[in-house]
Amino acid sequence: MRRTLYALGIAIAATAFAAWLGAPQAADPPPVPPALPLGVSRVMYEISVPADRWPTQEKVALGEKLFNDKRLSVDGTVSCSTCHDPKRGFVDHKPQSEGVKQQKGQRNSPTVLNAMFNATQFWDGRAPSLEEQAKLPVLNPIEMAQKSPEDVVAKLQGIAEYAERFKAVFGRDVTYDDMAAAIAAFERTQYAGDAPFDHFIAGETNAIGDSARRGWALFNGKGRCNDCHAVSTANPLFSDQKFHNIGIAAHKVDFIDRARKAAAVVRSGDVKQVDELALQTEFSELGRFLVTKRLNDIGAFKTPTLRNIAATAPYMHDGSLATLWDVMDHYNKGGVANPYLDGGMQRLGLSEAEIDDMVAFLETLTTPRFAAFAKEEMGKQRARKGTRPERDTETAMGRKGHLGDLAPNPDLKNPAEIGIVGVVTKGAKP
Amino acid sequence: MSRGVKSIETRHHEERDRFFAGLSRLSRRSFFKLAGVAAAASWGKGLWTPRSFQLVDVANAAAEKEAAKFTFAYISDTHLYEQKLNDRFVRAILKAVDDVNALDPQPDFVLFGGDLAQLGQPAELKLGREILKTVKAPVKMMVGEHDWFLDMGDLWKEYFGAPSYSFDHKGVHFVTIMSVQEKDFWTARGMTPMERMQTVAGLDNGVQSRFEVGPEGREWLKKDLEKVDKKTPVIVFSHSPLYKYYRNWNFWTEDAEPVQEILRPFKTVTVIHGHTHQLLTNHIGNISFHGMLSTAWPWPYAPEGLPKLTVQMNRADPFNQFDGCGDGTTTVDEIGLVDALYNLWDRNPVTVRASYVTSGGKNDPPPTTTLASY
Repeated sequence: MRRTLYALGIAIAATAFAAWLGAPQAADPPPVPPALPLGVSRVMYEISVPADRWPTQEKVALGEKLFNDKRLSVDGTVSCSTCHDPKRGFVDHKPQSEGVKQQKGQRNSPTVLNAMFNATQFWDGRAPSLEEQAKLPVLNPIEMAQKSPEDVVAKLQGIAEYAERFKAVFGRDVTYDDMAAAIAAFERTQYAGDAPFDHFIAGETNAIGDSARRGWALFNGKGRCNDCHAVSTANPLFSDQKFHNIGIAAHKVDFIDRARKAAAVVRSGDVKQVDELALQTEFSELGRFLVTKRLNDIGAFKTPTLRNIAATAPYMHDGSLATLWDVMDHYNKGGVANPYLDGGMQRLGLSEAEIDDMVAFLETLTTPRFAAFAKEEMGKQRARKGTRPERDTETAMGRKGHLGDLAPNPDLKNPAEIGIVGVVTKGAKP
Repeated sequence: MSRGVKSIETRHHEERDRFFAGLSRLSRRSFFKLAGVAAAASWGKGLWTPRSFQLVDVANAAAEKEAAKFTFAYISDTHLYEQKLNDRFVRAILKAVDDVNALDPQPDFVLFGGDLAQLGQPAELKLGREILKTVKAPVKMMVGEHDWFLDMGDLWKEYFGAPSYSFDHKGVHFVTIMSVQEKDFWTARGMTPMERMQTVAGLDNGVQSRFEVGPEGREWLKKDLEKVDKKTPVIVFSHSPLYKYYRNWNFWTEDAEPVQEILRPFKTVTVIHGHTHQLLTNHIGNISFHGMLSTAWPWPYAPEGLPKLTVQMNRADPFNQFDGCGDGTTTVDEIGLVDALYNLWDRNPVTVRASYVTSGGKNDPPPTTTLASY
């Protein structure tokens, strides 16, 4: 009863708050978080939306327009949304993204959904904020290929509508920083929770099916997923925000040679050479290392969020895994061996039924507005379930190779029942 | 906030420019000296966003010192079980072998630091011997208590020869000394060989005696060193640390003082030891001590007795089999001083330099972790 009253109180407060939000806004509104859906952390929201970057309606609208505008690219063929399609999970569903003149990049386009909560942007974390991120693809020669920020500013200033709207929003002529700020403001509205999983954690036992419930236990137990795809009510992203070598980079035949060459360069003390390597695309598989120069970052890429993963195929930093079954197969065999493989990568010994349960669980992380799309996407993935290029049952089950012993299965209870994620009351502040 | 924020790339390039501007003030020789420091300085701080990108600050760069003469690598404390029981440690030694085989240039030799087997069993020693055959460089073997106390070293000696021996290499006198003898605690108790082995393998038990080189070993050492010029650099390999660190875990050599006394007349002495599975550094009189990493697991630091020069590692991630484990490379310079590089898997390498040890910690301190020690 007390809980109901509490929830009711929250609901009333939330309604009042929503009404307040709907009211005409002052020029400089106070940075109060809106009512956030389940599965979006208020703590992280407050960190990720600082007072001076409050996404005002006007700024968001301008940002959204810029986000979808192909004129941002040098030849008017590519917009942000070309690779981050808002209708398709904010990704392009290609293994590697394509920029102007069909040039192919090295990386798979990550989703904009919840990107506002990432501690760093890009697969190698080289940008510290959405603003910094937004500036780079515009100038990248194989993405939007503009020559300089000045070119972009001149082009936007020359479009009367932009000149006016920048003036209205920022009170001055177009600047490159303001362009990035507007795009980032739009991206700060793209938080996405309210997934069936969030309702399950909030106490609606039937919000997800039996198979997904078993998958959630595997996620925290035998599958060892939660070590990197960490989740809690304060950080419900399913990511530790760190960088790991899980062996995807080692798919490239010459990865080990290149890694050793790079390591030798670092040992020689000539870090300038590392920067030169970073400019050569064939070294892009060295990942986080090219940013930090730290040997243990060789071949390491960011742990991505798992939210909306059913809507954002293909997977991994190079888009090399087409389906979630491929992803499970990859982890099940302990990744791909290489000298810099994260020590946490070990064979898992998951059975086919357990793999299906894991995938069923991952499907419950989809936000409602992409539910239909994700269903369609998963239909395509299911159709290819028979094609399993990453599958290596012998290794996964320990019948060959040296990929470690299975940890004893802790036989976890359902974490929702024992409070691993924390007590969650619908709408309550975590 | 947005005004003052520079992108990671911008900050990185600014730092780098400062670094290279500073470099131009150094001689070419010093520049290459930076290499070792650079490899060391990239030690992980436990943060995913580095505070500084630069590997080494020119202002702190080491002064000129003697050029490196040669290197040797080590693999230590592999604690192999039979593969059908546990292939986790097999996986680890294979990783270490891959590491040392990939070193370019190759080390002059690879020291195996003892505790090849977990319980001295024939299958364990045999497996270890087979794996170590795949090391490209010559392997120098050292015995550990886990290899010895099942059959009192019979099989180990058959496989690898005498446990104490010496050799000269490029002007350095190397001594490998069997330091894990124990006084007979088993006969009176009527222990089986396996009971004896398991007792020695345990920590915190009062039944076994403390490790020692023993009177015979000390006699052998004295005799071996008699013919060596006192100015010749001496590097000693022992399994237990040749000093007293923590008695209850046998991180200890009971006759450490008399052994150190035998080494006292020599100008430059370095002891490289296994057994402790952690970054461990000590300096007593004329002797520098470096502990080796294990491939199998990291020990936490003992509750007391830790030498103050030790730069402690923080707690290893229990999820990550390799964290806190690794192998290493030792660089010996013209005058016989050594820089010990800890090649920590899944962390950044740490170099403990001779100048740090011999200056009592004043010069060239290795970077420390910001997390709590373990």
